[in-house]
Amino acid sequence: MLAEMIQRLFERQLTDAAQARARAGEWLPDLWAEVTEMGLPLALLSEDEGGFGLSPAEAGEALRQLGLFAVPLPLAETMGANRLLAKAGLPLADGPAGLARADHLTVQDGRLQGEVARVAWGEQLDCLAVAVGDQLYRVPRSGWRVSEPGTALNFHPRPSLAIDWEIEASAPLPHCPLAEGSTLRAFQIAGALEAALDMTLDHTATRVQFGKPLQKNQVVQHELAKLAGELACATAAADLAAEALARGEVLGVAAGSLRAREAAGAGAAIAGQMHGAIGFTREHRLHLYTTSLWTWRDEFGGQVAWAKLLGKAALGAGSAGYWPMVTDL
Amino acid sequence: MSKIPFPAPPADSDAVIALRSEFRAFLNAQLADRNARQRSDNWYGYDRAFSRAMGQAGYLGMTWPKQYGGHERSAFERAVVVEECLAAGAPVGAHWIADRQSGPSIIKFGTEPQKQAILPGIAAGELSFGIGMSEPDSGSDLAATRTKAVRDGDVYRVTGTKVWTSFAHEADYVILFCRTQGTPADRHKGTSQLLINLKETPGLTIKPIIDQAGQHHFNEMHFEDAVVPAQMLLGEEGQGWDQVMSELAFERSGPERFLSSIELLLQLVEVLKGRDSDAAQITLGRVTARLAVLRRLSRSVAGMLQNKQDAGLQAAIVKDVGALFEQGLPDIARELVDCEADPRAAGAYSAVLANIVHNAPSWSLRGGTREILRGIIARGLGTR
Repeated sequence: MLAEMIQRLFERQLTDAAQARARAGEWLPDLWAEVTEMGLPLALLSEDEGGFGLSPAEAGEALRQLGLFAVPLPLAETMGANRLLAKAGLPLADGPAGLARADHLTVQDGRLQGEVARVAWGEQLDCLAVAVGDQLYRVPRSGWRVSEPGTALNFHPRPSLAIDWEIEASAPLPHCPLAEGSTLRAFQIAGALEAALDMTLDHTATRVQFGKPLQKNQVVQHELAKLAGELACATAAADLAAEALARGEVLGVAAGSLRAREAAGAGAAIAGQMHGAIGFTREHRLHLYTTSLWTWRDEFGGQVAWAKLLGKAALGAGSAGYWPMVTDL
Repeated sequence: MSKIPFPAPPADSDAVIALRSEFRAFLNAQLADRNARQRSDNWYGYDRAFSRAMGQAGYLGMTWPKQYGGHERSAFERAVVVEECLAAGAPVGAHWIADRQSGPSIIKFGTEPQKQAILPGIAAGELSFGIGMSEPDSGSDLAATRTKAVRDGDVYRVTGTKVWTSFAHEADYVILFCRTQGTPADRHKGTSQLLINLKETPGLTIKPIIDQAGQHHFNEMHFEDAVVPAQMLLGEEGQGWDQVMSELAFERSGPERFLSSIELLLQLVEVLKGRDSDAAQITLGRVTARLAVLRRLSRSVAGMLQNKQDAGLQAAIVKDVGALFEQGLPDIARELVDCEADPRAAGAYSAVLANIVHNAPSWSLRGGTREILRGIIARGLGTR
């Protein structure tokens, strides 16, 4: 199974030392070569498009692995960009790719110009799949320069890119890159929360205070139960978003995105509290997950923007239309 | 997710889609005169005529064998009927317990004569059930049950007290959890279940317990050497604990665990109409996201039950997270709309808010307290 292959790859190749290098902003070419070797950048494509033709459950399992290992590569973005490019009939990425919506870019005299803010690993990308209005553009690396450095809460690069590119490849936009990216982030959040729960179970089983493992305290057990609840919600939220994305319904993407993002914050807080002071350090691996959860929950459309989109539809449905809207999500 | 899987529920079949629209039309016709305050009673609304209409239309005992009055439909079809009833604020109290847990327990453990005598009546919406589990000294700690049933020839003689029995003053039967052997120190050993006919049991008295909302759902049932025919034993003598745990599994994961305050949410949408500020949009968006995800989790459990998978742990999670959601709605509403709630108000919003604020505390008590559920979840995670 693909998820198990991904798991074995990262267990073997993604060392704590590599995580530390990525946190310093260093690109990990060997790790990228490994994921390319495995074909992961094209994993979400149908077999006709040159992909794996995964079932929704298989795709979800695979994407959660990216969160379970806090993978310090723009792999989810590349998988999403390729899915969008394939659907649009544009050439696929030859390497790591970015995914963005930037309606403020200008299209004039055959040139695409303007700034795309905070693109994950922007300096390292082969191409950028960027939506402007209802068009999707495939901008190659030669089409931008870094205009401003930027850093995510997990210390991975988020530079802003100044685009100035003579348009070669564009096509009608199949679906919104924000919906694509936010759905992928929901799976990463679910994976990271599972890792956080595993670590918290392990820590509270082995850490002894007052003569007994922390886990023997009922108050600790109840916090673990709450964390499991947030994990369940994030997992279901990601699945909900993915199904809605496949149907082309943005409200379901909004619902799944919002609940996963809420779980990211709530879950990180519980895991941190249950670890005590050691969980606040870089000595313990928990920070890889807490800082990534805080990063991912604010990307590809903010929480406010997604909430307003869904809330506006809810209020517009009125009291008679509200429940039918919920059952359609 | 490896630890606690919530498998994706199947997409709605054509039958499910057709049923939903047919059933919405049925509810529209049935509930035309029901006002918002009445709808906010959610599954505490009690109306024998409505339950009979449900039975006649084939919406009760939906998954049961046809030979017992059932309709042999899928768990998902039943789930549609259940959630649509709750969302519409239908008065389901007269059939709720019977259709959800008593009937399924009788199908699982009952004798052939018991099945024939009772199940068709439930499916027709004629027979109403209550729950006979909690006692004054054994609430969460169910295994400490004291109510004693002593075999005496062809009858059991029952002595003891049960509390918090919703609608015992209206219903026809309860399934009584009691001790047929030993003492409370024996815990789950020596316990059994008896079918109690509430209308025809000499030695049984039923007294109201009025709740803080001033409402009468609860009752105390006092058995004083009450005589119950031995053929009313459900399942095996001494197997009461396993049977009651099985009964609870039917009780914990349904949409009633997050839809109790849905009428308040609908009224909130109504009140905010035309003045949907940023705050209103953002809040409604977040609430709707939580609701959609809870609904998916609950449907996932329905799928597991349909496939005969053990979903006790998943059900506990749905109920724990669901109760937080439904109990949180009054405060969310209060952050958006200023209103002094009035239980006797003529205005829909004020009266609904009052009813919900009054009743919300019970939602993390009934069907297993929050603390018990979190203990179950923690144990499922391997902590003890």
